[in-house]
Amino acid sequence: MKKTGSQILLECLRLEGVETIFGYPGGTVINIYDDLMDSPIRHVLTRHEQAAVHAADGYARATGQVGVAIATSGPGATNTITGIATAYMDSIPLVIITGQVPTALIGNDAFQEADIIGITRPVTKHNYLVKDVKDLARIVKQAFYIARTGRPGPVLIDLPKDVQIASTRFEYPQTVELRGYKPTFSGNQRQVEKAAKMILAARKPVIYVGGGTTSSDASLELRTLAEMIQAPVTTTLMGMASFPKRHPLSLGMLGMHGTYYANMAVTNSDLLIAVGARFDDRVTGKIATFAPHAKIIHIDIDPTSIKKNVRVDLPIVGDLLEVLKSLVRALSEQPEAVRQLAEDLAPWRQEIGDWKQKHPMSYQASSTIIKPQLVIEKIRELTADDAIITTEVGQHQMWTAQFFDFSTPRTFLTSGGLGTMGFGLPAALGAQAAFPERQVIDISGDGSFQMNSQELATLVQYRLPVKIAILNNNFLGMVRQWQQLFFNRRYSQTCMELPIDFVKLAEAYGATGLRATRPDEVEAVIRQALETPGPVIMEFKIAREENVLPMVPAGAGLNEMVLAS
Amino acid sequence: MRHTISVLVENEFGVLARVAGLFSGRGFNIESLSVAPTLDPSISRMTIVTSGDDQILEQITKQLNKLIDTIKVIDFTGQNFVEREMAMVKVSAEENTRAEVLRIADIFRAKVVDVTARSYTIEVTGAPDKIDALIELLRPMGIKEIVRSGPVVLGRGPKGWRGAD
Repeated sequence: MKKTGSQILLECLRLEGVETIFGYPGGTVINIYDDLMDSPIRHVLTRHEQAAVHAADGYARATGQVGVAIATSGPGATNTITGIATAYMDSIPLVIITGQVPTALIGNDAFQEADIIGITRPVTKHNYLVKDVKDLARIVKQAFYIARTGRPGPVLIDLPKDVQIASTRFEYPQTVELRGYKPTFSGNQRQVEKAAKMILAARKPVIYVGGGTTSSDASLELRTLAEMIQAPVTTTLMGMASFPKRHPLSLGMLGMHGTYYANMAVTNSDLLIAVGARFDDRVTGKIATFAPHAKIIHIDIDPTSIKKNVRVDLPIVGDLLEVLKSLVRALSEQPEAVRQLAEDLAPWRQEIGDWKQKHPMSYQASSTIIKPQLVIEKIRELTADDAIITTEVGQHQMWTAQFFDFSTPRTFLTSGGLGTMGFGLPAALGAQAAFPERQVIDISGDGSFQMNSQELATLVQYRLPVKIAILNNNFLGMVRQWQQLFFNRRYSQTCMELPIDFVKLAEAYGATGLRATRPDEVEAVIRQALETPGPVIMEFKIAREENVLPMVPAGAGLNEMVLAS
Repeated sequence: MRHTISVLVENEFGVLARVAGLFSGRGFNIESLSVAPTLDPSISRMTIVTSGDDQILEQITKQLNKLIDTIKVIDFTGQNFVEREMAMVKVSAEENTRAEVLRIADIFRAKVVDVTARSYTIEVTGAPDKIDALIELLRPMGIKEIVRSGPVVLGRGPKGWRGAD
């Protein structure tokens, strides 16, 4: 039987196991939206296309499945860019469908036309313009395969209106044939054995974990490796939830706002085992003084990540799950040596313990003014272990990374690479759509919140009970902090002078608004929010000029931390 | 250091933009580029000349390999290969220089492919430095216009790459 392009698209999505999509209708996707009424797929109408992509992204980060978003041509498509770039930088699997003007009009500056293939080329893993309805099923199949395999990433399909209307016999391909795309899954065995040898010879090893561990669901194997050799583990922002922060071997986060002990451990290490991390500049600080005494083993599925920023002594290209398994296997063949190593590392663990004691993560508590760190600690205390936390970008994001003890993979959704303000609320929306029963909390700042606050409407409409904690300092706090520290307190355009009544804003959308202005109100407000059905905004009036510390100034070495204001 | 890279890609629209974007997005330079289909019409072969240190070249070849449409990448640096470029040079040929232009062309085994009362168009093939030399010799005669194809290369020896296995 023949089907139209739009029917084929929706049928392909269903066959890929897609249950929920996020989007916004328009002229060139109107056929798809018409057929959507007859499809079992649930569509969540966001209030902005950027939010639709962030929501699909949040859905993907929380579930591990491919997130799907849809937007119309022209402005609808260009509105998706920040969302796509965010997912691209953090290697999140997405399929984005954009409508396009009819093929005969492409290139004519038609109404609502944009060359979205050209625009998204540098921020997608791959993209397709479908010119013939006969290619559509194959392209959708390939798009999902490319998005979720190898180093995951967003794939965009641009679908002209006439291709949606044209019909053809529908057959969904069983397999994918891409002669130019063959990701490496299992690591080279000889390299793995060399890695085992290097590990056994190390005296000051550090395992440095990035978001790849989450992508390949390898946190269990990571833990096995760490416990086996009793080596300390530090994570990036993206790798944070894949190793429990309360674990005795955990060093927390490294880098610009990392812990003193993580940065000291990396600087003094003799072996750095990089696991699905890419040596981002926010992690390494000054390259010349980054882990100067360490040999580096770099395990990553993407060969382009290896030796991009730092020299690497032993690269292993492959899926972390496979590589870590074979590394653990290689080590367990030498049980005596491994036992000896775990013992030999005792002085190293002691040294790290001393650093931990000397400069633990801490802040100056106050009984009169709300410290943002207190809010983060209280949210942790009052929520379940599997609560999903999203953040926007800025000080609140770093405080969350520093003071929230994550323990479960895929519970910390944050824009690490691109650093997108306005990500957290729609990402929380997507995560809550995936897990209606779990607690989902967007920890936000007053600046970031206003970048996608329109999504309150979506939360209320779909009864998605996301709780939003706004750490309100009436500042664009992170930029203000830089201005304070490096620009002689000249607060250029960082003061949000108009105080917003976030409680009233919540009420205007039909959500609940709560406010805390004193430290002793914090716990009660969080408790009340968690007990209130539906979306809730909690506004915390926090210490206005609180800084995120420790801090490695941009361009400085990891051991040159500013520890106190 | 100068590198010559062959890239076998899917013969589809947009592939050239992906390759070019990969260079421009990282501030890498393309010195020359030539593209045409191979024996298998679904595959195009690009020959790219670029330069950079080892780390940049490693990134370039890895990034080229990462493109979904890329089937194979060969960096010929340090390998034994034949390199040829074609050029056409339109040079003025006045009364007093006509014979000299022809003599120079002859030495380089170049052909005259178009002739007028006041000009010759000369076609020459060879390694890029041979073409440079010809151009230098013709320059005093007055070069009106020039086009170079950019080099193409093939590895020496009996082995050949015929298509995706």
